[in-house]
Amino acid sequence: MRSFLLRRVLLALATLWLASSLVFAFLLLLPGDPVQAILGLEASPAARQALERALGLDKPPWERYADWLTRTLRLDLGESIRYGKPVGELLGERIPLTLGLVFLGLGGALFLALPLALLALRFPLCDLALSGLMACLQSVPTFFLGVVLLYALAVHLPLFPASGFPGFSHPWEALRHLFLPALTLALSRAAILFRMARGSLLEVMGQDYIRTARAKGVPETWVLIKHALKPASLPLITVLGLEGGFLLTGAVVVEVVFALPGMGSLALTALEARDYPLLQGLVLVMAALIVLFNLLVDLLYGLLDPRVTYA
Amino acid sequence: MRSPSPSLLVGSLLVGLFLLLALASLLYPVDPNAPDFLHRLAPPSPTHPLGTDPLGRDLLARLLHGAKNALLVGGIAVSVGFSLGVALGLVAGYLGRYWDGALSLLMEALYALPGLLLALLFAALMGPGVLSSMLAVGLSMVPAFFRVARAGAMALKATPFVEAALALGAGPAWVIRRHLFPNLLGPLLVQASLAFAAALLAEAALSYLGLGIQPPAPSLGRMLREAQGFLPLSPYPALVPGLALSLAVLGFNLLGDGLRDRLDPRR
Repeated sequence: MRSFLLRRVLLALATLWLASSLVFAFLLLLPGDPVQAILGLEASPAARQALERALGLDKPPWERYADWLTRTLRLDLGESIRYGKPVGELLGERIPLTLGLVFLGLGGALFLALPLALLALRFPLCDLALSGLMACLQSVPTFFLGVVLLYALAVHLPLFPASGFPGFSHPWEALRHLFLPALTLALSRAAILFRMARGSLLEVMGQDYIRTARAKGVPETWVLIKHALKPASLPLITVLGLEGGFLLTGAVVVEVVFALPGMGSLALTALEARDYPLLQGLVLVMAALIVLFNLLVDLLYGLLDPRVTYA
Repeated sequence: MRSPSPSLLVGSLLVGLFLLLALASLLYPVDPNAPDFLHRLAPPSPTHPLGTDPLGRDLLARLLHGAKNALLVGGIAVSVGFSLGVALGLVAGYLGRYWDGALSLLMEALYALPGLLLALLFAALMGPGVLSSMLAVGLSMVPAFFRVARAGAMALKATPFVEAALALGAGPAWVIRRHLFPNLLGPLLVQASLAFAAALLAEAALSYLGLGIQPPAPSLGRMLREAQGFLPLSPYPALVPGLALSLAVLGFNLLGDGLRDRLDPRR
């Protein structure tokens, strides 16, 4: 178990290093002159030089890479040009909302997908309807779903606020503002999870021990919940690991639909303001979150499956 | 010959319909960017069959040209993902050893950078637009094609016909090109159809965020963004592109699923 843990963590670190180096290489390739892009054409030579020094652009690329790597390892992401604040601090303000949205979305998706998959397997008529519905839902773009929900439940029937976020200091209001965005994300991810859960359950239902359970007279509903759900949830966890990227990208899109001040709007602002340190930090942190999510899901798999011995 | 499954049938129908929409952009004479200020946000009428958007532009014209743009961007993105992913996957799966190790790690790293993050980077690099969004979406699809090609190459490596080719003196490049690739075309085609659906979604999302096709060029994602603020006045401008996009994605998804069922040797 320990050697597996070590190997898995090392792989995650290597992935993270490579991904961050790709990000660095990208911004190294920037055409033109970042200093001119930031300051404009009419900047004084002194200001240009100062900014060049501040960005470390007066050094050769490999030296910049080494500098950048050591700084990143010390969790120092540099300073935002647009806001004049450390990137880490800016991200700290925005991350809670995005992560909250991701977790609400993921929780909601599982809460929808699992019971519906069980229902589908229990009643064949439900199966047809639900499978069709989910195939359609899977094809609806997240932002369209968001706009439809926005129109239905915030404009047409004003039950929920349409946009904005009051901050976590008002928990009740915060939840009310997060409900529609979280529902959008949950619905858009529930479709794929439903299909996976259904497929996984179907596979398990063909096993010998299910036949045994049925033969000894266990009611069908109980067979599903007691005997099939647990083994079927294991392959589902593997799929979940691949969901990290989709959840985070989905959250960013949903944030823009509902005008929530999360990482998504910060990224768009950074791009518009040509705030490269901020953009780099944002992309890096989001990639790190995806790798971390993947790692956690893998470790969870090891904990839950008693057959897996990591020799 | 079995009769085609419902998903294959409905899928091809929807995909065909979307292709027709894109083709019709060449025949429909209305300029998608010409504003009609007297009829802004108009409901469907004989002059504007689907109504108009907040600037009074004809929704049908914008829909047709948006479909054409979506197909172009999606097609190029999938081609980028297909060629890079399949080439690297076949090499990794067939050669194994450190090739496999290095390429798999690269794919793992690329996987941590989904289309949106790549799009942000490409947009910083070359400005937001068609080219950067196409490259970003294409690159983000590389790992999926890589996985299918690598698994297939590993499975085929030990088959008698590959061994026979090797015994006759074939080199790795020949085996990969003449023996592995043609035999994997089926699963790769399935992946391509599903990837096309994902590419349509990703491109529309990027356009919605302002990272893809730039205004005033019509794109389905951008149309939705522009219509969103006017929802209380008229839902049409949001519904038209949203529904068209959803049906097209559904079509490619169903086509992929149907093809997979059809090509699955277990059935």
